[in-house]
Amino acid sequence: MASVLDGLALVLGRAPRRHPPSAAAAAIHASKRGRAPKKHELLEEIDEAAGNHTWRNRRWAVLVAINLLFTLSFWVDVQLLEGSLTASRLLGFHLADVYSSALVMLAQKHVAVNLVIGASTVALFWGLLGGRAFCSWVCPYHLVAEWAEMLHLRLARRGIVSDHPIHRGVRTAFWVLFGVLALVTGQTLFLALNPIGILSRAAIYGASLALVWVAALLVFEVVYARRAWCRYVCPIGLTYGLLGAKAPVRVTYDLEACAHEGECRKVCEVSHVLDLTIKGRAEEPKLDIGPDCTRCGLCVDICPTGALRYELKGVKRLL
Amino acid sequence: MLRGGVVTLALLVLQPLAGIPLARRLRDRLRPPGALAEEAFLGACIKCGQCVQVCPVQAITLADAGDGFGVGVPTIEAREQACDFSCDALSCILACPTGALSHGLKQKEEVRAGLARLARPELCLARRGEPLRGLARGPGFQGLLRYEDVDRWNPLPMARHAYDREVCDLCVLECPIGESAIAMLPLPAAEGGGPGRSTPEVRSGCVGCGVCEMVCPAEPAAIVVDPRANWSSRRKPGPAGGLV
Repeated sequence: MASVLDGLALVLGRAPRRHPPSAAAAAIHASKRGRAPKKHELLEEIDEAAGNHTWRNRRWAVLVAINLLFTLSFWVDVQLLEGSLTASRLLGFHLADVYSSALVMLAQKHVAVNLVIGASTVALFWGLLGGRAFCSWVCPYHLVAEWAEMLHLRLARRGIVSDHPIHRGVRTAFWVLFGVLALVTGQTLFLALNPIGILSRAAIYGASLALVWVAALLVFEVVYARRAWCRYVCPIGLTYGLLGAKAPVRVTYDLEACAHEGECRKVCEVSHVLDLTIKGRAEEPKLDIGPDCTRCGLCVDICPTGALRYELKGVKRLL
Repeated sequence: MLRGGVVTLALLVLQPLAGIPLARRLRDRLRPPGALAEEAFLGACIKCGQCVQVCPVQAITLADAGDGFGVGVPTIEAREQACDFSCDALSCILACPTGALSHGLKQKEEVRAGLARLARPELCLARRGEPLRGLARGPGFQGLLRYEDVDRWNPLPMARHAYDREVCDLCVLECPIGESAIAMLPLPAAEGGGPGRSTPEVRSGCVGCGVCEMVCPAEPAAIVVDPRANWSSRRKPGPAGGLV
């Protein structure tokens, strides 16, 4: 329970805390002292892993397929998944984004039964599949932000731009702010700004001028703050992070196998969840990565020693 | 870190696409049937577009960034494609998951999206006593309309439906509501009336669907729908329950 609360606090913006390792973990830490593979001994594995995009490619395929299903349902009129990412019907059954639904009901001061049904279904789904898996496996903004991030990293390597980290608690502040604004003004400011909705609608109903705002966000992320929207603003991601706190689909960490060379933290959108891979940090020999994890699998792909893996808790290993 | 937070906040608050127009809408928009009062409607819409998808004539489009809070919210451009109720079921209302399009409405006669008004009487063919032969809006017009005597179930392109009217009366002929909403009356002598001249009269049954605006052969349309208008915002209906 304590670890769930720790995870939730981490999602809301608290910095990772260090606890003394258990006896078993301490033994592994001790055994690694002096004999853990040095980075130069791992160069071949690191190189090989850097070219491995297995999970990223699967994920992009799923993301594109889901968004294409929305588009085709309208354009070819196959009617499987009608609506857009804020609210839709899958074969007639309501689906609705949890945070957007909450905002609309706060603004309306009225409980819309269809939204409650749709949002509950979605909450249950991501509660099982791993909260922020929505972000990396479905969200179209996540995809374009990943490309912007690649550009940012390339420019940063050349020293043209640099990242300016912002306190992650800002995202929690936005989460509350947008809710309070909806309640007080009766209008949903967030839904007007929401790049996920703008992109989803553009993919289905055609390009719009609102895409300029999305482009502005991406430029900001390239030149000033890496993955700023996802890390510091998006209340949709925060909501799914909270909902997925106990999700059985996890990325898990194996202390024994870890070389502590830190490749995983470099690629991670939410690298604070991987602080436990820093040498001497892990409190247990096996650990689950916390609820802010988007289950994107970049760390799984890049880990040169297989210490990070997908796992379905309660069932045998996926991989 | 603090400076970064301030920059992020400033960017969000000052960004022009949602920030400025939300203070004041540029113009009134015609909304789909059953839309709540404008402010409540904007707050209640989740911007999913399910109403767009079910409309058989695709009358509904989503507003763009210039509409501030209205970005992604459904609108109808009646002159391009009016709602002709050819779904028979108020499908958009049934599709709306939030109740922004009110489920309280059961039939098209209860809709009050706006009110038709003869905005340019000097262009009205009926008042000039002129006929309408051929296409109402020309061969390039994309709009659809249900012609019940041709095909009860499928709306057809207006560009494939030629008219042959002694004196133009399309606004009355094609009104999905009927004579409780609009009727053709002899043009009074005081307004230049004479043999063969008549004038449309909008009546209390008008739902503001915009079909009359779409079918009007005058360019620009002689009759238009004022979005959100109602009888209390206008002069009182005339003796026949109508007014021009």
